[in-house]
Amino acid sequence: MSGSKMDEIKVAREKWLTERMKRKDRDVRFETVSGMQVNDIYTPEEIRDFDYLRDLGFPGEYPYTRGVQHNMYRGRLWTMRQFAGFATAEESNQRYKFLLEKGQTGLSVAFDMPTIMGYDSDHPRSLGEVGRVGVAIDSLADMETLFDGIPLDKVSTSMTTNAPASILWCMYIATGEKQGVPSEKLTGTIQNDILKEYIAQKSWIFPPEPSMRLITNIFEYASKHVPKWNTISISGYHIREAGSTAVQELAFTLADGFAYVEAGINAGLDVDDFAPRLSFFFNSHIDFFEEIAKYRAARRIWARRMKEKYGAKNPKSWLLRFHTQTAGCSLTAQQPENNIVRTAYEALAAVLGGTQSLHTNSMDEVLALPTEKSVQIALRTQQIIAYETGVANVIDPLAGSYYVEALTNKMEEEAEKYFEEIERRGGVLACIEQNFFQQEIADAAYQYQRAIDKKQRIQVGVNEFVDPDEKLDIEILTIDPAIERKQVEKVQKLRRERNNLLVRDTLDALKQAAQGTDNLIPYILDCVRAYATEGEIVQTLREVFGEYKEKPTF
Amino acid sequence: MARKIRVLVAKPGLDGHDRGARVIARGLRDAGMEVVYTGLHQTPEQIVEAAIQEDVDVVGLSILSGAHMTLIPKVTELLRENGAGDIIVIGGGTIPEADVKALKEGGWAAELFTPGTPLETIVEWIYEHVKVD
Repeated sequence: MSGSKMDEIKVAREKWLTERMKRKDRDVRFETVSGMQVNDIYTPEEIRDFDYLRDLGFPGEYPYTRGVQHNMYRGRLWTMRQFAGFATAEESNQRYKFLLEKGQTGLSVAFDMPTIMGYDSDHPRSLGEVGRVGVAIDSLADMETLFDGIPLDKVSTSMTTNAPASILWCMYIATGEKQGVPSEKLTGTIQNDILKEYIAQKSWIFPPEPSMRLITNIFEYASKHVPKWNTISISGYHIREAGSTAVQELAFTLADGFAYVEAGINAGLDVDDFAPRLSFFFNSHIDFFEEIAKYRAARRIWARRMKEKYGAKNPKSWLLRFHTQTAGCSLTAQQPENNIVRTAYEALAAVLGGTQSLHTNSMDEVLALPTEKSVQIALRTQQIIAYETGVANVIDPLAGSYYVEALTNKMEEEAEKYFEEIERRGGVLACIEQNFFQQEIADAAYQYQRAIDKKQRIQVGVNEFVDPDEKLDIEILTIDPAIERKQVEKVQKLRRERNNLLVRDTLDALKQAAQGTDNLIPYILDCVRAYATEGEIVQTLREVFGEYKEKPTF
Repeated sequence: MARKIRVLVAKPGLDGHDRGARVIARGLRDAGMEVVYTGLHQTPEQIVEAAIQEDVDVVGLSILSGAHMTLIPKVTELLRENGAGDIIVIGGGTIPEADVKALKEGGWAAELFTPGTPLETIVEWIYEHVKVD
């Protein structure tokens, strides 16, 4: 825009402002859900340095602000991928078949806490936790049951596993072998993002260094044998759920991503050999425009850094592809049906932000695992966005909005400030040791809660528009305690019936390899094929690697 | 002047969701209580040992993994077995209404606070139910 046009706008704005200031505003804080102040209006003045080709370009082209594919949802809609898993492999297998039948296009496996933490179902620490928040998987036998009748060359599967990701991934590869599907044909994602575990979700087993080794082992093995697999899903979701702001989610997640890139390069890998398989996972919280700006900024920052700082030459290495889940922490136990509406807005923001896949939360997830009915409504919410609203017709339709562009710039600037601070503190691992991320997130979480308690922030049904006579009348999924006994019996029977000499040999070989520098994936695969349990494999590695301990603070 | 109320905020079981526990710990401290936070992945035995060692008035258990029906009774039982049955046990997390009822009626927890509870409610509850000399 020419300077004289900009001057004209400035003059007109002054004139408008004198009128506007005569109007009294509502007595509320005008800020995003993250506490970021926003103006009452955005104009060309707020994006005066805007350069279309430099800042946005075209979809599928550098710097990818407008999206990672040339035709985005006109080519293919996002993958509708509902995270699911509970009880035993049999029950979860039924739920997957139900979801596929209802038109879901990818699977996403939720594991129970013992599986997430590397304990078998009969371990004393697993007491009361088996099958509660996800499916219990103890060995390859359970994984075979989980995907029984689901051909692994026809579905893509996302598995939410981090500390023991290498083991569960090997079980999936071995399940493919049993079905006659070669590993080259498998598609899907393992979360495999240990840094955010130390930062936010806190489901760790080993200390950072051996954990990073397992991750780079996976990068290397996948690039040779499982080339279509997304080897990591670098996750902001849990950082946000732990209470961070949108900017913190963006900055900490991308900083983790850079740390993985550096780990891969330091392990001797060529950046273009593994970077195209890196993927991301973001939260979609309730502040509509802030979320859209976050996704757009994320793509631009990643592309620039990968190209300019890490010297990636393959354009696929520049792409930030991401999965989104609507914000569990935005949902309320009060008037849970309202959560359907919250989730719909959050899902819409993810789509307008150009997500590659999406999970929509069910209304009852703040109370328990979702029922079939509530999962179906959540899936239908995505289908309505995709097929009825028309938003999938036009690529990045909010580009050029003064507000959205200004907010996208602001997100990038604020993230850059965090990158500088992280660098100054000695990098991501040093920041974890210093409790830097954890404290930043805890502070933000506390401020958020105070704002709700003081009614500076309104949550419908919680601190305003409360229904004092509310009676919960939605159905709640319950997990039968008998499930734990059944799973415990199953793993104990397996231990009696398998070839225990072979199990011993493969575990010994793994232990020896772990003490050296070999890639551990082939060794873990051998253990898994011999039906060694997850707990046994983790224990073998724990003996070599040790365990991570956090200093508790609040 | 009465001494300060002492609270142990604990995370039993395997889940790592500590947002609630840490917000509550800070809120109780800001409300004038002495707060000890156990950190994550604690067994009931570890929690009871800490409660006795720290000589607390209240144990607050935060559970978001669905294991509350096992873990809360276990902590209460162990406290009683160790002669510390006078310590008040409260809890919070994603606990369905039916389970809240069962835990309270069974005498396993004095009170349970579910999502959306304001900090003030918990602070007031503790000041009301804990008498210190």
